[in-house]
Amino acid sequence: MIAEFGLAALWLAAALAALQLFAGALSLTQRGEGFGVIVRPVAAVQGLLALTALIALIVVFMRTDLSVKLVVENSHSAKPMLYKIAGAWGNHEGSMLLWVTIMGLAGGFVALVERRLPERTMLATLAGQAFVSLGFYAFLLLASNPFARLAEPPAEGNGLNPLLQDPGLVFHPPTLYVGYVGLSIAFSFAIGALITREVSPAFARAMRPWVLGAWTFLTLGITAGSFWAYYELGWGGWWFWDPVENASLMPWLAATALLHSAGVLAARNALRAWTIMLGVIAFSMSMVGTFIVRSGLLTSVHAFAVDPRRGAFILVLLAIYIGGALLLFALRAASVTEGERFAVTSRESALVFNNVMLTSILGIVLMGTLYPLVTEAMGEKVSVGPPYFNPMAAVFVVPMVLVLMVGPLLRWRADNLARVRMSLVVPAASLVIAAMVAAVLAPGKVLPIIGLALAPPLAIAALMPLRGREIRRVKLPTWGMVIAHFGVAVALFGMASDSAFTSEKLVAVHTGEAAAVGPWRVTLASIEPAAGPNWTAIEADLQASYNGGAAHGLHPQSRSFWTPPQQTNESALLTRWNGQLYTVLGDQTADGRWQLRLWWKPFVPMIWFGGILIAFGGMLSLLGRVASDLRRIVARGKIADRREGAAR
Amino acid sequence: MSGGSQPKAPRWALWLPLALFAGFVALVALNLIRPASKDVPSRFVGQPLPAFNLAPAADGRPGLSRGDMADGKPRLLNVFASWCVPCAAEAPQLAQLAAAGAEVDGIAVRDRKADLAEFLARNGNPFTRIGADDVSSVQMGIGSSGVPETFVIDGKGVIRYQHIGDIRPDQVPMILAKLAEAGK
Repeated sequence: MIAEFGLAALWLAAALAALQLFAGALSLTQRGEGFGVIVRPVAAVQGLLALTALIALIVVFMRTDLSVKLVVENSHSAKPMLYKIAGAWGNHEGSMLLWVTIMGLAGGFVALVERRLPERTMLATLAGQAFVSLGFYAFLLLASNPFARLAEPPAEGNGLNPLLQDPGLVFHPPTLYVGYVGLSIAFSFAIGALITREVSPAFARAMRPWVLGAWTFLTLGITAGSFWAYYELGWGGWWFWDPVENASLMPWLAATALLHSAGVLAARNALRAWTIMLGVIAFSMSMVGTFIVRSGLLTSVHAFAVDPRRGAFILVLLAIYIGGALLLFALRAASVTEGERFAVTSRESALVFNNVMLTSILGIVLMGTLYPLVTEAMGEKVSVGPPYFNPMAAVFVVPMVLVLMVGPLLRWRADNLARVRMSLVVPAASLVIAAMVAAVLAPGKVLPIIGLALAPPLAIAALMPLRGREIRRVKLPTWGMVIAHFGVAVALFGMASDSAFTSEKLVAVHTGEAAAVGPWRVTLASIEPAAGPNWTAIEADLQASYNGGAAHGLHPQSRSFWTPPQQTNESALLTRWNGQLYTVLGDQTADGRWQLRLWWKPFVPMIWFGGILIAFGGMLSLLGRVASDLRRIVARGKIADRREGAAR
Repeated sequence: MSGGSQPKAPRWALWLPLALFAGFVALVALNLIRPASKDVPSRFVGQPLPAFNLAPAADGRPGLSRGDMADGKPRLLNVFASWCVPCAAEAPQLAQLAAAGAEVDGIAVRDRKADLAEFLARNGNPFTRIGADDVSSVQMGIGSSGVPETFVIDGKGVIRYQHIGDIRPDQVPMILAKLAEAGK
């Protein structure tokens, strides 16, 4: 019953999305204006119905209802409850349901709270949102029904891919999806503004909190995903330039650019067409990313949810939505391009530079991701990896970071570098010192040296906007900017340090023997069996001591799951303030020794710590914007009351 | 420091994103329409075999070294194991290839002599030589990530083709063609 209830809710939500689209579109015509009143409530109810369907699916998974095909394929009664719940979205159908739910809820939320824009623009925006939702509802209901039943329920389910049985999976996909799909709001705002030709600072101010929210979640999702891949895949790497990782990075790059250009539009009424363009691109990248993941076009470590037959369906959706939006842009943008002017040395110019660099990196990542497709069309199979991405991205990251040290100090419209030179002395000096130190410590490693040289001055420069200010009066969005930029420096330092200083050891030892990696001495004390609810394992007891200090225990495992039968290596990590010891237990060799893979990675946790700082900055900025919007609404209400009182 | 920035974009530039996207759709559609082939060409193809010298894995068949693989005659190198189920399924195809005149050498991965003898007794023995690769070192060295895999080696000991997974009956002519090609 629950499955049928969920399916009914999903059909109803799709019907309401259709109603929202037609009522919204009709309300833009002269004769249909009356339809406008139902659009906002319909949007809210549509979101709640989608949520109902998602909850129904989660309940079905919690009960391990084996008459539902999706449960049989992806779950098992012996699985821990947390993974039963997460299993609801750890598969294709469930993740698409999560997608439409977030999209519906975001649309409903906008419909309920956003009152600043002209009503016509809002109606066009909500119609646009419904139009996009409708396609994904159709995809769910026609091509990937999550509630499909089996005629004869089997006795037991197939289980969930063991790699996905990890606390990371519980939070990583929903976080990432909130980010991906939250960008649909920016997309719909851009469509609405193009349709009604209303591109104004008010439009940017209305769009900005949504972009900030989505971007914050996207940042967290990417950070969590990177950490998850780092400790779960057991390869010691934290970013593989894998198509699926790129699929999350591309919308992030576009959203980062959008965030900054929306700032220019909100403050200075410039970069109008460009901001609209980025609004379209950001969500388009989310959809392209999903398409790449779901279609199985590109091989990837994330290939757990691949089905080529569905690729064609999503491709048609992409062609309609992205193609339609870009067509609308081409037809309408000419009437919105003109904006305020600004000088070469100004906050605007720095932000334009940042935008050009970010979109260039986006272009590079997109090209690298699609390049295998291009060559395959010509009959050759290749894979593009770090040797392409790292240096190509660095070409744009380096100038971007340099401008980032100056940009936040500049005034709007026109400024003079001489005015800010005192704030640049310390970063410039630290740049020189850091470059020399890095060149000595990591001789010959070009990219890591550049990273190590840029990180300290960026960290200092990021704090400079606070200089000479009364700390208590600094506004939240400024704090957000400072912390996010500081986070970039922290993450950059972690990345550069990882590739400059990591030491790696692959050894085979008998129990009782020790191996050295970096400053660590790691002893294999014993090998013991271990067991979990749906796996058995052999577990190594490693005793690690740092520079001859006290021993710490680490317990990497080699796990065998029985549903489905698969082996995974569970790495064990030991974190110190200055880095992380990463251990993996391998196979037993013919002569009874055990393979151990050991890494000492100085400062590597700073990568994710930096990511969290960046997201935290986004959150502060969002809070600040929302708070000032609320204050404005309250103030406006008071003025209105006073006027009413005076009129009486 | 003065002078306006932000020149107005030319008309055609506004159509550029759409044009690029159309290219993307065409490219992807092309790839969706064509049947996807799952084989990833090994970067070891075109490379000479690394030096190795494996002890005999089964009675009555000599072991295997690189020298044996470069005697001027093209051959198949089958990576297999007695504990591998698809290898048993593949055995009739290997027998068929051997009957068609192909020389088949084997590398038995992480195997025990008794198990292997039983496997060969049950599934037939199409192999000229069988080397015992007890720690998968040769397997790794030639870029094989699983069993079974079959390599086409030319007369100079250079890898010409890598077949991942078992050889199915309909693939036998293809393998023979690859072998003939390597002999040219």
